[in-house]
Amino acid sequence: MHRHPEVARLESAPEPAGLRRVAIDPLTRVEGHGKVTLLQDNHNRIQQARLHIVEFRGFEKFIQGRPYWELPVMVQRLCGICPVSHHLAAAKATDQLVGADQLTPTAEKVRRLMHLGQTLQSHALHFFHLSSPDLLFGFDDAVAHRNIIGVIQDHPEIAKQGVLLRKYGQEVIRVTSGKRIHGTGAIPGGVNKALTVAERDYLLADVEQMIAWGETAVQLMKRVFLSNPDYHYRFGAVDANTLSLVGPDGAFELYHGGLRARDPDGGEIFDHQDYRQYDELLREEIKPWSYMKFPFIASLGPEAGWYRVGPLARVNNCERFDTPLAEQEREDFRAAGEGRPLQAALATHWARLIELLHCAEAIKELLHDPDLLGDDLMVVGDRRPKGIGVVEAPRGTLFHHYEIDEDGLVRKANLIVSTTNNNQAMNASIRQVAAHYLDGRELTEPLLNHIEVAIRAYDPCLSCATHAMGQMPLELELVDAAGRCLDRLYKGPDGRVERIAEGTDSPVA
Amino acid sequence: MAPLLVFGYGNPSRGDDALGPALIQRLADLQAEGSPAERSLLQGVELLTDFQLQPEHALDLVGREVVFLVDADASLDAPYRLEPILPAQTPSYTTHEMSPGALLWVYGHIGLGQPPPSYLLRIRGFHFALGDPLSTSARHNLDLAVAFLESLVTSESRRCAHGRHASFYCASRWSPYWSAIWR
Repeated sequence: MHRHPEVARLESAPEPAGLRRVAIDPLTRVEGHGKVTLLQDNHNRIQQARLHIVEFRGFEKFIQGRPYWELPVMVQRLCGICPVSHHLAAAKATDQLVGADQLTPTAEKVRRLMHLGQTLQSHALHFFHLSSPDLLFGFDDAVAHRNIIGVIQDHPEIAKQGVLLRKYGQEVIRVTSGKRIHGTGAIPGGVNKALTVAERDYLLADVEQMIAWGETAVQLMKRVFLSNPDYHYRFGAVDANTLSLVGPDGAFELYHGGLRARDPDGGEIFDHQDYRQYDELLREEIKPWSYMKFPFIASLGPEAGWYRVGPLARVNNCERFDTPLAEQEREDFRAAGEGRPLQAALATHWARLIELLHCAEAIKELLHDPDLLGDDLMVVGDRRPKGIGVVEAPRGTLFHHYEIDEDGLVRKANLIVSTTNNNQAMNASIRQVAAHYLDGRELTEPLLNHIEVAIRAYDPCLSCATHAMGQMPLELELVDAAGRCLDRLYKGPDGRVERIAEGTDSPVA
Repeated sequence: MAPLLVFGYGNPSRGDDALGPALIQRLADLQAEGSPAERSLLQGVELLTDFQLQPEHALDLVGREVVFLVDADASLDAPYRLEPILPAQTPSYTTHEMSPGALLWVYGHIGLGQPPPSYLLRIRGFHFALGDPLSTSARHNLDLAVAFLESLVTSESRRCAHGRHASFYCASRWSPYWSAIWR
C-alpha cells in the first residue's frame, strides 16, 4: 500500500476522544443533505475530514419479510437513479434461490442489453448534466454558469447529445424491461420477455449515432484532462486499491464475472473470485460518526484494505475491452498512467466515458445477436435458502445478499451499494482536496467548490430515491480539536452560499 | 400525442414522496374505471410517472398544449398549490435531482423551441422514510389535490369538446405572460 503520507495522517485523528462527534439532524436523513466536516488541530492542520452520508439506513428492514419473487421489482425503489442495477442484482440473487444456475442465452442477453442501456444512460447523465460544466468551464467559473444550463448555453450541441444519449439508454431499458420505470423484465430464473423484430430494429436505427456521440464525448474528455495534466492528475488523487468484476479472461465486465482486487500499483490482491464468497473477501467496519459502513479487503485489514469501485476502478482493473473503439481508448487511458494505474479523481470522468462508448458498441453487437429474439426465457431448479447477486452498477460494484425461510420470505438481507464501497475512497479524496485548499481557520466558497468537484467524481447517492422539493443542500463545517465549530458554510439548492452562525441551523446574511 | 400531460414524480416507497405517483394512479383509475363522462373527458390526457425529473423528460413535453408536473413538497404552507413554472438555472452537485424550472430551460435550449405552458402542482408531504405508506395528513392533501386537478382538467377538456379553446391551453391567454418570462 503506497498511500500518500499526508493522506494517511489525515485518516484518523490521534486523539479522537477529544473531538466532537457530529450529530446528524434526523431531517437530513430524508432530505439528502450532504455534509462535510473538517477537523483541525491547534496548528490549523486538518486532522480528519468526513463526508456524512446517511441514506442507507433501513434498506434491509425494507426488504425483510418480503417474498423473494417480489425482490427484483421491489428493490428498484431503493434508488431512482439506477433502479435497473438493483433490479438485476436482485434478479441474479433470486436466480440462485430458484436453483437457476445457468440462464438461457435469450434471458442472459436480454438482461445484458438492459444493463448496458442503464449504464449508458446513467453515464450520459453524469457527464453531460453534472461533470461537464466543471471540466469545460473550470472549477473557478461562476456557480451560476458552471452547470448544465451553462453547458447548454455555450455548447448546445454537446448538451443535446447528452440528452439524446440518455434518452436512448432509457429506451433500451423500456424495450427490455417492458416499462419506462418499475420494469418487470428480469424475474427469478430468467426474463419475462424477449425482443421483437420491430423493437430490435427500433433500437438499431439510432445505435450508430450513439456510438459516434460516445466517441466524441471521450475525445472531448481526454482533451480536457490532458490539456492541464499537472492539475488534473493531482486533484483529489489518492492511492487506492481497486475492486471490480472482470470476465474469465480479464476483460471488462459489467453484468457477470469474478471479483478482482488490485493494489494501487496494479498488483494482484485477489483475482477471479466467486462473488458468492464475498463475505470471506470483504469485511464491513462500523465507525461511530457515520451511519454508513466502511468495507475493506479482509486480507489487508481496515487500515490498508479500503478500496475504490466504479469507472476508474473498472477501467484500471480490466485487461481489455471486447469492443474495438473502447479498447483503443483504454490503451490511451492506460498510457496516461505512465506505468501505473491512474489515481486521479477526475480521471473517473474519462473512464466513465470510455465505458459509455463501450456500452454503445456492445448494444450494437447484442442487437445483431439472434438470441435476443428467442422464446426460451426461463429455467428453474431446486430452491435454495441463499442467493447472492452482484453487478457493476454505473457507480460501482453492487452486492445483493438474501436468505429466505421455508415460505420463501426474506429473513436476512445485506446490500452493499456502490456508494458504500466507495465510502473511504471518497473521504480520502475530500481530505486530499481539503488539505490542499484550506488555508487558516476560515471556510471559503472556492474550498466548498473544490470539495464539490471531488464529490461529483464519485456521484454518491446522498438522497437515494426521494425527491420532495427544496432539497440537496451541502454543508461544510470546520471543527477544532476541542470540538468547537469554527465556521460553517451552507450551499442551498439554488446555489447560494451562506455562512451559518454557530449554534444555529439557519443561514445568516 | 395527448395535448395535456400530467407527470407525477416521486418514489412510491418513500412515504409521502409517493404523492406525485399516487395522484397519477388516481387519474389512471378514473381513465380506466370512471364514469363514461369522466373517461371521455380524460381521453386527451397522458399520464406519466417517474422517480424524479431528469433532462430527457424535456422530450416528453414536446407537442403538448399544457403540462402539469406534480411533486411532494415538505415545506408548503398549504395542502396543495398550483404555480406556473419559470425556466430557471438550478445548479447541483449530484445527478440526483433536476428542478422543474431547469427542465423547461433545457427544453428551450436543446433545439425544441418554446416549451408548452407548464405548471407545478405541489402537494404538502410530511414523512419520507423508506417503506412507509402515505401519511394520513398527506392522504388528505392528496384527496384535495386530486379533486382540484380533476376539476381543472375536465372543465378544460369540456371546453375543448365544445369547440372552444381551453383556457389553460389557450396561447392567446398565456403567451404574453410566457413571452415576458422567456429569455
